[in-house]
Amino acid sequence: MILDYTVRTVALGAAVLGAVSGALGTFAVLRRQSLLGDAMSHAALPGIALAFLITREKDPWVLVAGAAVACWLAAIAVMAVVRQGRVKYDGALALVLSVFFGFGLVLLTAIQRLPNATQAGLDKFLFGQAAALLARDVTVMALLGGGAIAILLAGWTRFQVLSFDPDFAHSLGLRVRGLDVLLTSLLVVAIVIGLQTVGVVLMSALVVAPAAAARQWSDRLGPTVALAALFGATAGAAGALLSSMTVRLPTGPTIVLCASVIVGLSLAFGPARGLVWDRMRAARNRASVQADLVLRALYALARGHDDPGHPHAEAVLALSVEPKGVRRALETLAARGQVREAGPRAWALTHAGLAAAARAEAAR
Amino acid sequence: MSALPVRPLPFLEPAPGPAVPVPAIEIADLTVAYRDKPVLWDVDLAVPQGVLMAVVGPNGAGKTTLIKSVLGLVRPAAGSIRVLGLPYDEARMRVAYVPQRGTVDWDFPATVRDVVTMGRYGSLGWFRRPGRAERDAAMAALEQVGMAAFSARHISQLSGGQQQRVFLARALVQDAEAYLMDEPFQGVDATTEHAILEILRALRARGRTVVVVHHDLQTVAEYFDQVALLNIRLIASGPVREVFTEERLRETYGGRARLLGGAA
Repeated sequence: MILDYTVRTVALGAAVLGAVSGALGTFAVLRRQSLLGDAMSHAALPGIALAFLITREKDPWVLVAGAAVACWLAAIAVMAVVRQGRVKYDGALALVLSVFFGFGLVLLTAIQRLPNATQAGLDKFLFGQAAALLARDVTVMALLGGGAIAILLAGWTRFQVLSFDPDFAHSLGLRVRGLDVLLTSLLVVAIVIGLQTVGVVLMSALVVAPAAAARQWSDRLGPTVALAALFGATAGAAGALLSSMTVRLPTGPTIVLCASVIVGLSLAFGPARGLVWDRMRAARNRASVQADLVLRALYALARGHDDPGHPHAEAVLALSVEPKGVRRALETLAARGQVREAGPRAWALTHAGLAAAARAEAAR
Repeated sequence: MSALPVRPLPFLEPAPGPAVPVPAIEIADLTVAYRDKPVLWDVDLAVPQGVLMAVVGPNGAGKTTLIKSVLGLVRPAAGSIRVLGLPYDEARMRVAYVPQRGTVDWDFPATVRDVVTMGRYGSLGWFRRPGRAERDAAMAALEQVGMAAFSARHISQLSGGQQQRVFLARALVQDAEAYLMDEPFQGVDATTEHAILEILRALRARGRTVVVVHHDLQTVAEYFDQVALLNIRLIASGPVREVFTEERLRETYGGRARLLGGAA
């Protein structure tokens, strides 16, 4: 497949933002800040609009700076409302999100009534449009994102212990308040560099989804963060390519759908907690328990008989477990070498089965 | 022991020489309030070095707040706290903290060894990753609490007692001089309780000071040599033999019940 320059730029930009938001989003999710990320990304809209109104330019540095300031103001507003004590955290988030976002929409409408043509495209910040990404945008994204990742790696142990146990981090002599501000600032960076591509409405999905998917595959922080970055980059690049190859398909939703597919697959097939393996494990356990019950029943019958190897009818054994499970239980036991099919629908203990049943009986 | 608390006058130098070792923790006039409700009221407490001290009192007596105040996690309304003769910020690295295990998310992606290694993060600078020295220290601490076999386990797969021992190991790798522990015996089985007690005694044998928020009055006399009876005010503190009396206990626990009865 031959990718032209524009498409390559778009895919590269989306991959960068996916990787950065995936890595930093993992920390946000672990610190229970995923909804704060949502409030902050929505709150970026008035920042972008004001930055444009003041400078009348669509320079990416300017817009990103405006968005970042608004994100931070929103975070501070949430904390201030919570500290007032009248509104709880979730209420404060909803309040701040809707106030900032509503204000942003008003500004956006006003901007669109401006007489000159430079404002065109600002509304793309709602749902994102990767096709509008220019090389200079990608440069800004890569520089900011790369810087954020570098800081994250430099302070890795600090951010790790801060996320797990902030009080303990304080007792280690770490400056918890400063680290908290720094890590939240890195999250702000991750959010603002994605706004042009994904849009303010859905950006938080790209913060949360890769982390949620990655967590299904690893039980340690390092691999989780690395995988989240990989998943984010994959979703970003795939979504951007799909949307740029299809007319009128907005990029943000496409990227988020790609991320959702990754989450779905991870939830189903993740090795430690995957639902599919869970089901299989549960089924295997059930089969094994039923097999043990049938073995015990056979043993009881054998003890009441002169010949321990005497076969017994399946129908009799069906009394000890649910009737449908008998056949399967007997097959499991046969596979273990503990019973043999001694006739039509009749089964007998083998020597191994006799010994195993006696052991189990003694252990009870 | 004089009945009156001895407070150093600010214009006098503390007595020089090793004859009077500084207390491990010295709290004077400590008052902490959440909004307008006092949680600790005018607490004076000196913890001598090298003792095992229990902090006991009813729910809401401010036991956790007391520990958090010493660690600078709670801002007092009034009072002063010195740790090993220094302001906490200067003695920070010499104090280890074992929080209640319910305060963290045990689903966090980390193995047992990852968590224990965190005890060494205070001395790791920026750009540094835990190396062989940190890993060895973590394994040694896990050995001490009898959890070495669990080092690669994810922390969500531990029982309550095992979680408690992991927290203890994390504090042990800090190799501190004073240990503040918030209910280390909470919800552990008898075996774990004795394992933890052995570790506390080993710390004391090495001259360390251990302050433990404790709930089980039955075991105070057996486990500890000093006790602080707390119910917002400090009722009494000192050697268990002298302080841990029926009368004082009634004052600590019963007084509150009477107050509640009076209000009803």
